[in-house]
Amino acid sequence: MSSPLDLARARPGPAFTVTLDGREIQALPGQTVAAALWAAGVTSWRTTRGGARPRGIFCGIGVCFDCLVTVNDRPNRRACLVPLHPGDAIRTQEGTGHDD
Amino acid sequence: MTERPSLAVIGAGPAGLAATVAAAALGVRVTLLDSAAEAGGQFYRQPAAALRAGRPQALHHQWRTWEGLRGGLDAQVAAGTARHLTDHHVWLVERRTSPGAEGFTVHALLGPEQEKPVEVRADAVLLATGGYEKVLPFPGWTLPGVVAAGGAQAMLKGALAVSGRTAVVAGTGPLLLPVATVLAAAGVRVAALVESADPKAFVRHSRALAAQPGKAAEGARYAAGLLRHRVRTLVHHTVIEAHGTERLEAVTVAALDSTGRVRPGTGRRIPCDTLAVGHGMLPHTDLAETLGCRLDGLDVQVDDEQRTDVPGVWAAGETTGIGGAALSLAEGHVAGRSAAARLHGTAPDPRAWTAAAKSRARLREFAAALDDVYAPPAHWTDQVTDDTVVCRCEEVTGGAVREAVTELGAGDLRTVKLLTRAGMGWCQGRVCGPAVAGLAGCALTPSRRPFALPVPLGVLAHAGESENDDQ
Ligand SMILES: Cc1cc2nc3c(=O)[nH]c(=O)nc-3n(C[C@H](O)[C@H](O)[C@H](O)COP(=O)(O)OP(=O)(O)OC[C@H]3O[C@@H](n4cnc5c(N)ncnc54)[C@H](O)[C@@H]3O)c2cc1C
Ligand code: FES
Repeated sequence: MSSPLDLARARPGPAFTVTLDGREIQALPGQTVAAALWAAGVTSWRTTRGGARPRGIFCGIGVCFDCLVTVNDRPNRRACLVPLHPGDAIRTQEGTGHDD
Repeated sequence: MTERPSLAVIGAGPAGLAATVAAAALGVRVTLLDSAAEAGGQFYRQPAAALRAGRPQALHHQWRTWEGLRGGLDAQVAAGTARHLTDHHVWLVERRTSPGAEGFTVHALLGPEQEKPVEVRADAVLLATGGYEKVLPFPGWTLPGVVAAGGAQAMLKGALAVSGRTAVVAGTGPLLLPVATVLAAAGVRVAALVESADPKAFVRHSRALAAQPGKAAEGARYAAGLLRHRVRTLVHHTVIEAHGTERLEAVTVAALDSTGRVRPGTGRRIPCDTLAVGHGMLPHTDLAETLGCRLDGLDVQVDDEQRTDVPGVWAAGETTGIGGAALSLAEGHVAGRSAAARLHGTAPDPRAWTAAAKSRARLREFAAALDDVYAPPAHWTDQVTDDTVVCRCEEVTGGAVREAVTELGAGDLRTVKLLTRAGMGWCQGRVCGPAVAGLAGCALTPSRRPFALPVPLGVLAHAGESENDDQ
């Protein structure tokens, strides 16, 4: 099966490890949080404040704020914009992300 | 030596790039600011450099035009006439009027962290901030796996990522074709392309549409691509519901009748893990609004030279009205040349941009025809049940909006917002605005947001303190 990486003939550097709620996942240099999570088969990484409903990417370009996530203990980061670095710790964000 | 006049261009999409190259070539010192790490905007969105894509053009069309723009920018940067500030998120453009210090200060936040502030000063500004997608609500549209059509495209072009294996592309508008084609080329099975427009509407506008043979050829190429990937196309159909509990599992689509209502009994369920959905585009006008530029409906109003009604402020591309990349290029070219002439204290000679002005006129007419053809189904609000979430940020339902209107008498967006909180969340109504207006039966009006982005309080507290020029 072709993949977008194949189609664009991407030759990224070696994959590195980040964690999602403590579980190790692989990320490629240049990938945003959202891209690495999608590649790992994860489509939601936040629950809403009111109904505790799952959310992930929606607009994909930084406008909607649906993709908010906690990265290295900082909540409310937009997963569609934030690039990953080796060792980054991604946490599912609940509610406002301020542990309230 | 006299200082060259300076121009700050905000947005490195087709419009901002064309303007930068044109103005810099005419002796203006241009600072091009964009929030993205790479130039290109939405149409020419580039994969992150570290992904080292050997053939990024596989995800694009009109690659030659992009190479020309990119080469033009590189040459101006190398010559020291332009600089390109990437990862600069502009939250406010301020007009300075104190005698002797007239001009503009562009306030931006740096990098993905968006905390470190920077200021760029310039004699004039050109707004080329483009647009964002409109998505109208239906039950299940908040499920993970449901993404904006352009969002799916952006994730693919910029991050080389797709969210699943089987997609449905739905809604209305010319963007659905490239999205379906590119997803299919990237290995996603596109189970259906669902377009709500009525083919009869195309006939009504056949003259304006036929006047753009290039566009017709582009459409034909997409059609061939869809055929090659065996993508089933359903016209005059709409998505009525997305199904799933924790994530998307299927969608139900149904046929529309001639009045734009769902035809009972025509619903069919299509299993999929991705729904890429969009209902057109809206212009980004926050920066123009805070500068006090007059809008024409939702679009920044400009004259033949692409000047806004605020002296020293130009606007080009989709911020002045949705019309596609080619129109953005033409407008950017005119704006850049006009700004250069005016900054040198002369009136521009319109003969210098005859070709651009011609294509601008034709493409605007074409865009107006498309806008009419690709209007969302007249009765789309029928699909919005009382428990459908309408404002995604504040989780305000269709029922709550209807109650604000029928029980509490709200008749405009602002009152609905005050009564229900719809539009008060993180995105400041950018996503729910059209839906709330549709449900409330009122006009979608510009929302006068004070800033284009959320700004940390510490940055606000110190904004305007530094008198240092950035140069
Ligand atoms: C998500 C998305 C995907 C699209 N994909 C396609 C496609 O595949 N094919 C197609 O034909 N059309 C596509 N379009 C339509 C596209 O918008 C236009 O055709 C074209 O890109 C418009 O050019 P522009 O120069 O006006 O604006 P854009 O290309 O939108 O460029 C605007 C630039 O301004 C920057 N910007 C905006 N606000 C700020 C700010 N406050 N601070 C700093 N920078 C800012 C943005 O980062 C962007 O780079 C897409 C639109 C969207 C929203
Ligand atoms: S998906 Fe909309 S902001 Fe990230």
